[in-house]
Order: sequence, then structure tokens, then C-alpha cells
Amino acid sequence: MATKTDNNRAWLFVIPVVALVAFNALVPLMTVVNYSVQETFGDNLFFWHGLGWFEDILRSERAHAALGRQMLFTAIILVIEVPLGVAIALAMPRKGPWVSVCLVLMALPLLIPWNVVGAMWNILALPDIGLLGHTINAMGIDYNFTQQPIAAWFTMVLMDVWHWTSLVVLLAYAGLISIPDAYYQAAKIDGARGWAVFRHIQLPKMNRVLTIAILLRFMDSFMVYTEPFVLTGGGPGNSTTLLSIDLVKMAVGQFDLGRGGAMSLIYFLITLLVSWIFYTLMTRNESQ
Amino acid sequence: MARIGLSKLSHSYVPDPAAPADWAIKEMDIEWSDGGAYALLGPSGCGKTTLLNIISGLVTPSRGSVLFNGVDVTRLPPEQRNIAQVFQFPVTYDTMSVYANLAFPLRNRGIPDTQVQARVREIADMLELTDQLGRRASGLAADEKQKISMGRGLVRQDVNAMMFDEPLTVIDPHLKWTLRSKLKELHQRVGVTMIYVTHDQTEALTFADQVVVMQDGEVVQIGTPVDLFERPAHTFVGHFIGSPGMNVLPCEIRSGGAFFAGRHIPVDAGIGVPKPGARVELGVRPEFTRFADDGVPVTVIRVADAGRHRIVETRAGDTRINLLVPETAEVPTGDACLAFDPAHTRVYMDGWVSEAA
Amino acid sequence: MRVRWLAPTVYIIFLMVPIYWLLNMSFKSTNEILGGFSLYPHDFTLDNYREIFRDPFWYGGYINSIIYVSLNMLISVTAALPAAYAFSRYRFLGDKHLFFWLLTNRMAPPAVFVLPFLQLYSEVGLFDTHIAVALAHCLFNIPLAVWILEGFMSGVPKELDETAYVDGYSFPKFFFKIFLPTIKSGIGVTAFFCFMFSWVEMLLAKNLTQIDAKPIVAAMTRTASASGYELGLLAAAGCLTIVPGAIVIYFVRNYIAKGFALGRV
Repeated sequence: MATKTDNNRAWLFVIPVVALVAFNALVPLMTVVNYSVQETFGDNLFFWHGLGWFEDILRSERAHAALGRQMLFTAIILVIEVPLGVAIALAMPRKGPWVSVCLVLMALPLLIPWNVVGAMWNILALPDIGLLGHTINAMGIDYNFTQQPIAAWFTMVLMDVWHWTSLVVLLAYAGLISIPDAYYQAAKIDGARGWAVFRHIQLPKMNRVLTIAILLRFMDSFMVYTEPFVLTGGGPGNSTTLLSIDLVKMAVGQFDLGRGGAMSLIYFLITLLVSWIFYTLMTRNESQ
Repeated sequence: MARIGLSKLSHSYVPDPAAPADWAIKEMDIEWSDGGAYALLGPSGCGKTTLLNIISGLVTPSRGSVLFNGVDVTRLPPEQRNIAQVFQFPVTYDTMSVYANLAFPLRNRGIPDTQVQARVREIADMLELTDQLGRRASGLAADEKQKISMGRGLVRQDVNAMMFDEPLTVIDPHLKWTLRSKLKELHQRVGVTMIYVTHDQTEALTFADQVVVMQDGEVVQIGTPVDLFERPAHTFVGHFIGSPGMNVLPCEIRSGGAFFAGRHIPVDAGIGVPKPGARVELGVRPEFTRFADDGVPVTVIRVADAGRHRIVETRAGDTRINLLVPETAEVPTGDACLAFDPAHTRVYMDGWVSEAA
Repeated sequence: MRVRWLAPTVYIIFLMVPIYWLLNMSFKSTNEILGGFSLYPHDFTLDNYREIFRDPFWYGGYINSIIYVSLNMLISVTAALPAAYAFSRYRFLGDKHLFFWLLTNRMAPPAVFVLPFLQLYSEVGLFDTHIAVALAHCLFNIPLAVWILEGFMSGVPKELDETAYVDGYSFPKFFFKIFLPTIKSGIGVTAFFCFMFSWVEMLLAKNLTQIDAKPIVAAMTRTASASGYELGLLAAAGCLTIVPGAIVIYFVRNYIAKGFALGRV
């Protein structure tokens, strides 16, 4: 990397970005902090509530359950999407006309508005008239995602795999095509094949993009709201009520601003903490 | 270790080659003896890397065959040919230590650990890498990485040949010489057949016992460095090797003699009969050209000092003629006459040296 | 090796099935959809699409979406260019912290910000305008744009800048005439990702608008919430939301993989 010069006037270049982001980030964040320490009974009457809401949430079964579901969801999709994405990237052609076709088709789900994704999977999974629901039921398996928690989770995970695996594929593929041919040739000559090539050449070269892929998938799946909400509405019961869904329900639906604010902050902090760990790992890898 | 033969070999990257330009490698027959040091020399795009990859098995030729010790290996994949190759950009397995890098080819072949260890130590010693064995390969400088690539070839005792594809391209100039002499030394120690691809004449001439000069997918001459210098078989060889390259003068053949600018020029060997319309030229190196009292009249254009000698550029009509003069000699200004050493002056027809009929 | 193409093919088929189903539904009348399961429309109709192009509630949604997405793309890229240049070329007080802080905003769950955003934009009188959505989307698109552009710019050797100054270019002239053309594929890739994330986001877009700037994605929730009602129309509207993305991705197809590799999305 090129050496950088010291220049504090570079701040001038950064001001527009800082201003725009600060406007969008700081003001709302302060609002949330403000809510989180107050109690309201409507009519714009607020009372100091201290850390009460935080204590409330840290003890609340409901919040624990929602957080647990959110984490479970993230864990499942990471375990499925990352290996699957890498496997597909490995199997993709490296050159020729099919590359563009593959890339365009694979990127398509990424560009569909999130609530359309939810709606799409909703009508696909409907047990009576949806292709997926109908097929599963026709195979003799009782499936109804609006009534069975397991079916709801299955559909939600499948939807996310459908929606986001391509991101991992594209990133892994970008990492793969940047490996010079000489590495593969050297490996051939050294008598390495299959697993050894993957382990010693492809995986180390994909290291950086894969960290980015995992980081992005972590953040986005941990914050996911729209698609599962449109698909299941959090049901049946509360079985698919992720933290984000619970939060919006609480803040917008029940107008429970204090509790919602406190929960938002805790939520944000968890995301930040995990992302920060990833970020440090990533920059440490780069500097090596 | 092996004798390597190429028999009626040609290669094209297009499916149905028709025009001569479609052929990356034009038909050739070459025989390299066991334990020799050879260089493939030519400008970029002349097909030398393709030829190297054909020998190592990374490319399968369209026609003809590759023979190792007389056995046809044309269809064998690289790992079954027992060859080693060092690439232009150093290839190391970055997540492994230097030791693991060197041990990698042996471990892949299921060789017991005790043997691996002994062999790796021996080679590391030879390459002066012993101190680095425990380090990660990713942190090393380009020349050390390149040594590792060489080492991965050398550790294997069954290697038929080692290939080098412009291995010094990314090495710092002051280290090039060190690495080159290391290579030469290794060759003498292990006696394995080595084939070295380069576009740098100094690298080729100092490394190889025999140099194969290529142009446009065609072998134009195979010979020792001295052959290439003193008896270029093609004007291209004369031009590509030597600095400055051979002078090429347009010439006419009349009653069995060569004439340039209306003057008879005595030449080395006999002169063949030119085909109608053939391009006929005289070739003589600047080293064998001198100022004379009587000879080809020229105008001195410029003199450049090259250390031990000076390069004088002159012009006879439209033809540029260079000559080398010793540092101490007088260089005339303005008009002068040149003479050529007949023993080193040859007639070329359509580029190729002319033999007596 | 023989079955290498199998994995991508199966995967692509898997990706296409839900899209096919949506397409299939969009050519059926709602009655046919609710009437029972069928693999293809028996009673092929374009009525759903006709309805969308006739009713301003529907096609207006598209226009609104395209307006705020374009605005956001423009704002994000324009603001991110100088910032990315600063990050890629200079060391300055607090640069690393600033960079990380920018990235943290990519990590902020929009769910956290819905309500405060609503209040903030009402307060400044921008509620239900295109610019409100465009600005709100800057929250995650600007950090992303800075991140990608910084990756591309770091790939351009500093010598380019220095040569230009030696040749007598002023900074603005260098930046616009030499530097920007050099990284134009990076700008393309960045714009693509800004488009993508702004186009697909709906939580903020929906909550910051009511009538005048209502995006297509929000228009769709009217039918989505009344489950089963007007399913054909919903499907047709959904299909149409795929079109802009498909067009954009077709244009940048050759840059996607490269952009991912060079930039750092």
C-alpha cells in the first residue's frame, strides 16, 4: 500500500460525509438514548426513569427469547450460506460466456426489494396454492408455515439462503479469480490435488473476501427485519419474532418508547461489539 | 534425470489453425541431452513460454510428441512427468512455513517424515535458507520466495528436469546476479537437466550450454553462446544477440560475388543462388567492422562511450552501420571508409544465412 | 470434474423457482390463484399489469422509488468521492476512528432508527419528500460508498497524483480530469451498490413517506397485509420491481466480480 502523507486539511474532504452521516446517525441516536432513560404516558409527557428500562430488558424473558431467536437465526444462516457460497464459487466456470450469465442470474435476488422477497416466499410457501408448500405436502409431509413453528423457521432460513447466498458466492468468486494461474500450475507440479489445493491455495487467497462476507452476512442477518416480517409476521405465536421484529412492534406498534429505546441501544451495542471483533481480526490479517 | 526430445512438435491455441500466424509453435525437432543447461531465448510472444509449458505438461501440443528418455509423455499430466517449474512471479504457499513449503511436494507423494526432514535440511542448506526454515513464507522478499520455488523442485530426487520461466523478472537488479550464479552452481552440483526461458540475452548466454533462439513460434537457431555470436544463422539472431546487434546491409549478388553500394564485399563462405524476389542482405557484427583507408564510404554520425570501447554510428546512404572501436583508437569525424572482416561477414537470403550451393 | 457445472446450475434453478412462481402468479387473475394450485396460468391475463400502469397509486410508487434512489446515488457518490480520496491518500487526526465510526453506521439496525427518523424528518419539515428518503439512506450508503471507493483509489498509484502536479495541474483539474476517469469503473461499481441498497430497503422508505413520496415497496404492503387479497396484482407489482435491478446488473455484469475484488464491499 502506498505510504500516506500527513495532512490535517484532509478533514475538509471528509466534512460533507461526516455532516450527512452525523445528521442521520447522531440525532436519532441521541433521541433513542433520551427515550431509553424516560417514561412516557403519552401527550409528550416524559419522566426520568434512569436505567430502569435497561434493567427491565436485561431481565425480560421476552427480550431474551427474541435475542436468542435472532442469534439462532444468524448462526444457522452463517453455517449454511458461507460453505454453500464457497462451494458454488469453486464450481463456477472461470472464463467463457457462461461467467456473465451465472453472475447476472445469481445477483438477481440481491436486487429485489426486501419486502418483495418476503411476499414472494409467502406465496411460494402457501400450503395450498404455493409451489413449495404444495410440493412438500404432496410428498406426504405435513407442512404449513403459518401454523407450525418448525415449518416457519424452515421457510425463513430457506428464504434467507435464497436471498443472500449469492453475496457469498460473488465475494468468494472474486477472491478465486484473483489467484494467478501459476499457483495452480505449481500445485499440480508439486503433486497437490483437490483438498490440498483448496486448503493451501484457494482458502488462504480467499481469506480476506471471506472475512468480509462473514462480516456482512453477520451484520445483515442480525439486523434482518423486513423479509421475515413480511413472510411470517413473527408467527406462528412468537416463534419467528426476531429481536428486530420485536423492537419495531414495541416502538412503533405499542409506542413503548422507553423500553424500545433501551432495547435499541442494547441491540446496537451487540451488533457493534461483534462487528468490531471481526473488524479487528480483519485489519490484523491485512497488516500481516 | 532425463534426455528430452521434441518430435515434430507444433501447437496452436485456435481450434482449426490455417494461416502460419495461427501457430504459437511451428513444427520443430529438438533433442536435449541429460543434465544439460539450456535456455529458450526470444522476445515476448515468441512462444518460448508455451514451449516450456508443453514440456512441463501444462499445455498439450496440437501435434507431435514430447519424449523423456525416449518415452512418449505427451499425454501425461505434469505431476506424472516428474518435472519442477519455477515461475515468473514467485509462487509460495503463504500460510505455510518455509519448511512446510519445501516439504510440500514430498509430503504429497507420501514420503516418510524422516526422509522429508533430511532432504529439506539438505536443500535448505544448499539454498542458504536454513535460518528461515521456521518463518512464514508470506513475509519473505521476492528473491527468497523464488529460492523456495527452486527448492520445491530440488527436494525431489526423481526430478527429470527443472524449468525456469523468466525467474528473475521481479528480482532486484543487484540480487539477480547472485541468484543467477546460485542457479549455475546448483546445476553443477545436482546435474539435473535445466531449461531456462528468458528474453534477456545476458541471462541466457551466461546460464546455458546451449541456447535455443526463437522468433514467432519458430526456432531460428540452436547453438552455444559462441555460435550465436560468431555464426548467427539468421539476421534475427544477429540482431537480438549482441549489443549493438549485427549490421544488416542490403546487398546484390552479381557473378557469384556480394556487392554493397556498388562495391564488392568479400565474404566468409560460398554464396548460394538467390531465389527470384528473395531479400538478400549482408550481415556483419560491429565487432568485426573497422575503419580502413579504403572501403565502404560512410559518414560518422555519432560516437557513444560504452566503457571499454566506443560505439560509432555511421551511415552509408540510408543504411546505418555500427562499429566498435577500442577506447584508445582515433575516431575520424565526417567522411570515412569501413572494412569488414571477411571471415565474419555472411550473406543472408530472406533472413537465413546462405550456404554455398 | 465432469459434474462441475452441476452445482451452479442447480443453484441457479433454485434461485429462479421463486421468481418463476411470482411471474406465474402475475399472469393469473386473483380468482384463478385462489381457485387452486396450477404450475402455469391456464387463463393467461395481462390485467394485473394493465392495472398497475393505469392506477397512479401504483405507477407513482415506481416513479417515487426511482427518484429517491437516484437522488441517494448522486448524494452518496458525490460526498464519498472526496472523503475516500482523503482516506486513501492522507493520514490525518482521527482518520482511523472516523473510518470505523462511518462503518458502524452500516451496522446500525434500521429498526433502531425508524422512530427517531420519523420524528427527525418531521421536525425539519422533510417528512413525505423524496429527499428525506434519499438522505436517510445515506446512513448506510455513504459508509459503503466510502469503503468501496477507498479500495479502488488505494489501487491507483500515488505517482499519478505527483506526476500530474509536476505537469502543472491544479488539484481540482487533476481530480476531475485525471483521477475520476482513472477510477470510473470504481465509481460505476459504487453507484451500483448504492442503487442496490437504496432500492431494496423499505423499512425507512415506508415510514418516512405517506402519500407524495410513497415508494413502490410501500405501496405493495397495502395488498401484502390483506393477505390473499389482490394476490395477482401484488405479484405483478413484485415482478416489476425486479426489472430495474435486472437492467442495472446487466450493464455492470463485467465489473461485478472485479468490483468485489478491488473494492471491499
